[in-house]
Amino acid sequence: MLDVVLRVFRGDGTSHEERVYTVPVVEGMVVLDAIHYIQHQHDSDLAVRWNCKAGRCGSCSAEINGVPRLLCTARVDALMAEGDIRIGPMRAFPLIKDLVTDVSYNYAVAKQIPPFTPVDEPTPWRMYAEDVERLQEFHRCIECFLCQNVCHILRDHASPFAGPRVLVKIAALEMHPKDTLDRSAFLKDAARVGMCNITKCCTEVCPEDIHITDNAIIPLKERVADRYYDPIQWVLRKVTGRS
Amino acid sequence: MLSDMYETHAYDVLVVGAGGSGLRAAIAAAEGGASVGLVCKSLLGKAHTVMAEGGVAAALGNVDPEDDWRVHFKDTMRGGQFINNWRMVELLAKEAPERVDELERWGALFDRMPDGRINQRPFGAHTYRRLCHVGDRTGLELIRTLQYKAIHCGIGVHMEVTLTRLLLDDGRAAGAFGYYREDGRFVVFKAKVIVLATGGFGRVYNVTSNSWECTGDGIALAYEAGAQLMDMEMVQFHPTGMVWPPGVRGILVTEAVRGDGGILLNAKGERFMERYDPVKKDLSSRDVTSRAIFLEVQAGRGTPHEGVYLDITHRGPEFIKKRLPGMYHQFLRLADVDITKQPMEVGPTIHYAMGGVRVAAETAATNVPGLYAAGELACGVHGANRLGGNALADLLVFGKRAGEAAAAYARDGSAGRIDEHECDVEAARLLAPFEREGGENPYVLQEELQSAMGDHCGIRRNELQLSAGLGRVQELRERSKRVSVRGSRLFNAGWHTTFDFGNMLTVCEAIVRCAIERRESRGAQWREDYPNKDEALGKVNLIAYNDGGQIHVTTAPILAMPAELASLFEEEAADVGRRA
Ligand code: SF4
Ligand code: SF4
Ligand code: FES
Repeated sequence: MLDVVLRVFRGDGTSHEERVYTVPVVEGMVVLDAIHYIQHQHDSDLAVRWNCKAGRCGSCSAEINGVPRLLCTARVDALMAEGDIRIGPMRAFPLIKDLVTDVSYNYAVAKQIPPFTPVDEPTPWRMYAEDVERLQEFHRCIECFLCQNVCHILRDHASPFAGPRVLVKIAALEMHPKDTLDRSAFLKDAARVGMCNITKCCTEVCPEDIHITDNAIIPLKERVADRYYDPIQWVLRKVTGRS
Repeated sequence: MLSDMYETHAYDVLVVGAGGSGLRAAIAAAEGGASVGLVCKSLLGKAHTVMAEGGVAAALGNVDPEDDWRVHFKDTMRGGQFINNWRMVELLAKEAPERVDELERWGALFDRMPDGRINQRPFGAHTYRRLCHVGDRTGLELIRTLQYKAIHCGIGVHMEVTLTRLLLDDGRAAGAFGYYREDGRFVVFKAKVIVLATGGFGRVYNVTSNSWECTGDGIALAYEAGAQLMDMEMVQFHPTGMVWPPGVRGILVTEAVRGDGGILLNAKGERFMERYDPVKKDLSSRDVTSRAIFLEVQAGRGTPHEGVYLDITHRGPEFIKKRLPGMYHQFLRLADVDITKQPMEVGPTIHYAMGGVRVAAETAATNVPGLYAAGELACGVHGANRLGGNALADLLVFGKRAGEAAAAYARDGSAGRIDEHECDVEAARLLAPFEREGGENPYVLQEELQSAMGDHCGIRRNELQLSAGLGRVQELRERSKRVSVRGSRLFNAGWHTTFDFGNMLTVCEAIVRCAIERRESRGAQWREDYPNKDEALGKVNLIAYNDGGQIHVTTAPILAMPAELASLFEEEAADVGRRA
């Protein structure tokens, strides 16, 4: 039977090391399977988050060979071809233990986003497929926070930037055909959308293929620019509902 | 004082579980004026509801104007083989449309029809096109909408907390004890009312579509507190789970594939469902379809990996990628199969618990004062077989009802007293596995239990196998007393598994004991030694309860349907008579 070598980050805030494990390969195996094998056969206290093992819940975010990915969709066969597989926690968040980090920042910011505030029209609402489908891209987000992890502005902890995931959520609210709120002040001063310099690293790692930069962040930047520097455009957009 | 010993939080209403039903209950309780605490085993928004794919069944009648709650009621009763609680089914059918509408008022976006109204898709055993959906990720839309609604309702959210014991005061719910997964520190919640919404227990089987969390925690907690369990033998096999490669065995392939035109074929290329259900064919109910697949494989007409083929290639790549994007990516990524060009290989996988905690239809109250239960963990709506789309409808309708009832109960009641000594005893029990050395490995025990359930209490059952299964569960319970774990209390997965496993044991024993007692075949319960329905057993629910530390099974009669509901079925018989 074929074996694969895994180099797994083990440790907590006080000390850590890279531990080497050999795991027998099973056809179609994903990295999370290998981690489970280690838990069951070697180190039962190895910490990892996971729920669905189907790429749908966004719990198992980590870094594989330095690249932010979901453990449950990363195929061992493809990775093995390049040698040992290194697995570590997301770097942008404080470490708890092994592959588990403290992602509470993301929940704290999410709570500050001014919530959905609908028009005062009786339901059921009629909304058109083209408007809905545009937004459904943002609604696909599984809150894996891989985009937050990779964003260099967030990695530099000194800055109060909300991060790409949060901007995707705000974009979903702002472009919702039945929402009435204007979040430009929040975007400018609290979320600090202006700090994003469009490197697109977030888009590259998104497992849901959301065009974070092009479809969410850039239109939001334009909104803020219009609102504060071109009020006529802003009024037009409000009226037509188009970004 | 208690708060000197343990981190303590006090709420009017404590909701346990943050899937669809827990979130909906928490919102309703908060809107009812209660202070609400919400405890979940994972991070917020990761609960198993996220995996729901096909849709919410609600008789909006958008696509098929002939549809209304009466038809939904009849489909659900018939699907459940009439051991459902008819009052719960009536509430479900009547209230689901309003719950869907409300989700849109909170920001959800369902797929549309050309005229801008919510689109609805056909699904197994639903007479009309009834499932409101968002592609094949309806559960994600639902949980995210509820999650963002809930965080703005002033609810106290405690993530990654496992509760291990409900605390009672003179038989009434007064709080709960548990630990934070992050660092293992203990925590006590005081509450006037507790709503359990911890979902199902698919993880007690080795082939399941369920996420790791589904270990039946709430059912075990409720049982230990004295709540009655009902119809635990009714465990749903979803006919289409992935069968290959081994690591993904059991992952769900949504019924929407068949709803959108996918057909089942055996290895000989035959559309075998025509033989098992000539009318509904590939859209037959889940119990019938699962049995058909099982029998095809048994008869040697299965695929190389012991499944059957599910083919949707005839709908073309554009349609498939738009309607079933999740399935398309899932197969491409995990199985190297392009479903626009090749058929999928599928087979039955444990999917849903129809059985669970017995509740009052209107309020979701259990028989323990101050304890409520909603969602998959509660029993009543689905009877012997659940229809697709009814799980999401269930958790919205009864989550809301449970939350409202809990808030009302809290308004009238005072907080119970918590016995500090009981907390100390529980803390000691939780720490014991660290003190043992060289004992049993919790993961090994868990795997043995999962295979025991697959071997002895699977899709086809008989008394001999079930009795042997009971023996294996009991033996594992003995061994569970010798579990030892290594490491510290810091995010220790093995330690956590120890307590999940304890809950699984209780659930499994209840399943097997009920499966033995129901000596008939009905819905999900397929007994080869009793292949037919038994009229007398069709008039009762099985009740499992804690009798001095032993699981005891008895029966409770199903009340007769009131005339106006019963007449719905007569009208139909008359209709058929006229047409014939
Ligand atoms: S595009 Fe903006 S949000 Fe995305 S990674 Fe770059 S700086 Fe961060
Ligand atoms: S936008 Fe993409 S990468 Fe970011 S959290 Fe959502 S799914 Fe993950
Ligand atoms: S476990 Fe759910 S995305 Fe990986």
